[in-house]
Amino acid sequence: MNAREEILGRLRSALRDTPAVPEVPRDYRRASGLGEEQLIELLTDRLVDYKANVFVEEAAAVPQRLAALLEGTGNYAVPHGLAETVFAEADARDGGSGRRLTDAPGQRLSVAALDAVDAVVTGSAVAVAETGTIILDAGPDQGRRVISLVPDRHICLVRAGDITAILPEALQRLDATRPQTWISGPSATSDIELERVEGVHGPRTLDVVIVRG
Amino acid sequence: MSGTFLGMPSLPVFGTGNLHEHEPFPKAAHRELGNAQLRANLGHATRTIRDKRLAVVSELPDWEELRDAGRAIKESVMARLPELLEAFEANFTARGGTIHWARDAGEANSIVAALIRDQGADEVVKVKSMATQEIGLNEYLEEQGIAAFETDLAELIVQLDHDKPSHILVPAIHKNRSQVRDIFLREMDGVDPGLTNDPARLAAAARAHLRRKFLSAKVAVSGANFALADSGTLAVVESEGNGRMCLTLPETLITVMGVEKLLPAWEDLEVFMQLLPRSSTGERMNPYTSLWTGVTPDDGPQNVHLVLLDNGRSAALADEMGRSALHCIRCSACMNVCPVYERTGGHAYGSTYPGPIGAILSPLLTGITAEENNSLPYASSLCGACYDACPVKINIPDILVHLRGEDVDSKRGKKKLPSQMDLGMKAAAWALSSGKNLGLVEKALPLGRIAAGPDKKITKLPGIAAGWTQSRDIPAPPGQSFRQWWNKEHQAPEGAPGPYAPGTEPTGPQPTGTEENP
Repeated sequence: MNAREEILGRLRSALRDTPAVPEVPRDYRRASGLGEEQLIELLTDRLVDYKANVFVEEAAAVPQRLAALLEGTGNYAVPHGLAETVFAEADARDGGSGRRLTDAPGQRLSVAALDAVDAVVTGSAVAVAETGTIILDAGPDQGRRVISLVPDRHICLVRAGDITAILPEALQRLDATRPQTWISGPSATSDIELERVEGVHGPRTLDVVIVRG
Repeated sequence: MSGTFLGMPSLPVFGTGNLHEHEPFPKAAHRELGNAQLRANLGHATRTIRDKRLAVVSELPDWEELRDAGRAIKESVMARLPELLEAFEANFTARGGTIHWARDAGEANSIVAALIRDQGADEVVKVKSMATQEIGLNEYLEEQGIAAFETDLAELIVQLDHDKPSHILVPAIHKNRSQVRDIFLREMDGVDPGLTNDPARLAAAARAHLRRKFLSAKVAVSGANFALADSGTLAVVESEGNGRMCLTLPETLITVMGVEKLLPAWEDLEVFMQLLPRSSTGERMNPYTSLWTGVTPDDGPQNVHLVLLDNGRSAALADEMGRSALHCIRCSACMNVCPVYERTGGHAYGSTYPGPIGAILSPLLTGITAEENNSLPYASSLCGACYDACPVKINIPDILVHLRGEDVDSKRGKKKLPSQMDLGMKAAAWALSSGKNLGLVEKALPLGRIAAGPDKKITKLPGIAAGWTQSRDIPAPPGQSFRQWWNKEHQAPEGAPGPYAPGTEPTGPQPTGTEENP
């Protein structure tokens, strides 16, 4: 008998008493009535608690904000699906798009190239205000998982309309089978005396731009 | 494909690997208690985490509802485990992943080593994983000439120090910051000799040490926190980004997971991803969670494997009283609140799984008679703090008592003659079964006074009772029992036997007051 059949056989035999399959009581919160301003405020509070830098901007002001955040940095990576218009101001200050490296199908940035950039700018799929979590699902404006991982600084755009209050609301908007990265602050560890320290292997700086409208 | 199992019911087949206490717990605990530094480190760390956990748990108005849901989901997983595994396998495979089944630690180890060799690799990066710790994968790979680099900070500390993990979440919880600095200075190539004990500086040193490994690794080995049957999705919950590095950069990803980690559906994750981070690190959410479903073309590892591990889990499932130990999501809340763990530390438990959950899980996986694992169910005062803290409400105290019973039964089966304990318990059962019997026993009290001698202390009891007098004396028993005194005081004037005289069973309403009452 192969291992698969043997293990399944052992498990079936272990359940000879046919234990009942209980009804799952889902009496926990599955929806909340928070408005957009409250959601932005809560998400900001939780991200700041994780030592992320948070900026709340009207859509029209995003190019200015990104230009300011990218001021003084070297090259930065972006996924191919992120609208180029958000970099208009940065490009204008640069006199072109020279610092920007785009990761696109057929034109992939190597790990070495990503290791050499100073920052990455991505969008996001959905956010959870209560836990300060931003979820990336590798959509075109977020790109492959590796591009938001290797650079030491992650600048992440979050549309206000993508903010949910609690985790169950966020999961309803996601497809389990897409590769997902849930991000709650910059990388951190509690491994020494259980005290949290920010900045280990993942990006050590997380800048979040919450975009209204 | 599935259907009813028609074969012969198999005997429980127990697990192997790093699941054993090699000496009785009291002996190991006694030694560990002598380490004052260890006790100071553990006391500080567990206090910190207890406070953090309480703060974030009390923030949620529906914590108890989440626990109830978590328990019911896990209970339903166990009741349907074979069919859920088959569903998971079909979904994971349909998306390009490969599933392997391992009956025990040895089989899992050889599967992983063969997969690594297939890639022509002689080193792997590892994400912290209890399953690979349990099967002793690193040691096995080393024998096979494959170097396994632990990338979680605490695992790295333990590995560099050639030590053993002492906690399932923070394996280096027994080390303080200065000890960590000393280990790094001694063992880490190219480390800054001016390294301080500042945790941020220590984390930076670990980053520099592992960066090149991550960027060049061909093969990674991970565990998994959850697996979703309805989609074939795997999840790893972490903090540092070392998990993301391992799960994203190498071409080949090999995950080792116990069969009990399944969840039926996507919506179940909303329960567990609220329960786990708050219970384990005391955070609203851990910094990073990665989810992957088989292979995603052009994104992450393209050669994706999962080793599904039994290693005693089917035996634990067969124990109707003990099977809920398989609900454990490895949060470590139970050890952080345990007064025994806080003092002895994790090494005293011998097994990969220490603390209250380890005291039930290890003997359930190995069988109660394996090595010294029968001493683990006694590593508890049954105070119940673990049950209160458990996010999936595993009734650890009840299972501890159940396993103590198993232990007693297993010993009884081996001996031809009843033990002192058996005889003592039989005698007590007889004496306490009626007032008449107890009255007869009480007639022997003056004998105790004789045994106590002029200083009115019994300093050494015979037989198994000797343990009791090892560190304390028993005062001499009184000359008469309460019942004898009562009868004397309440003697009926005409000499009739009092209501509690030896030899009478009380009937009807009992006198409640003194002689003044009618």
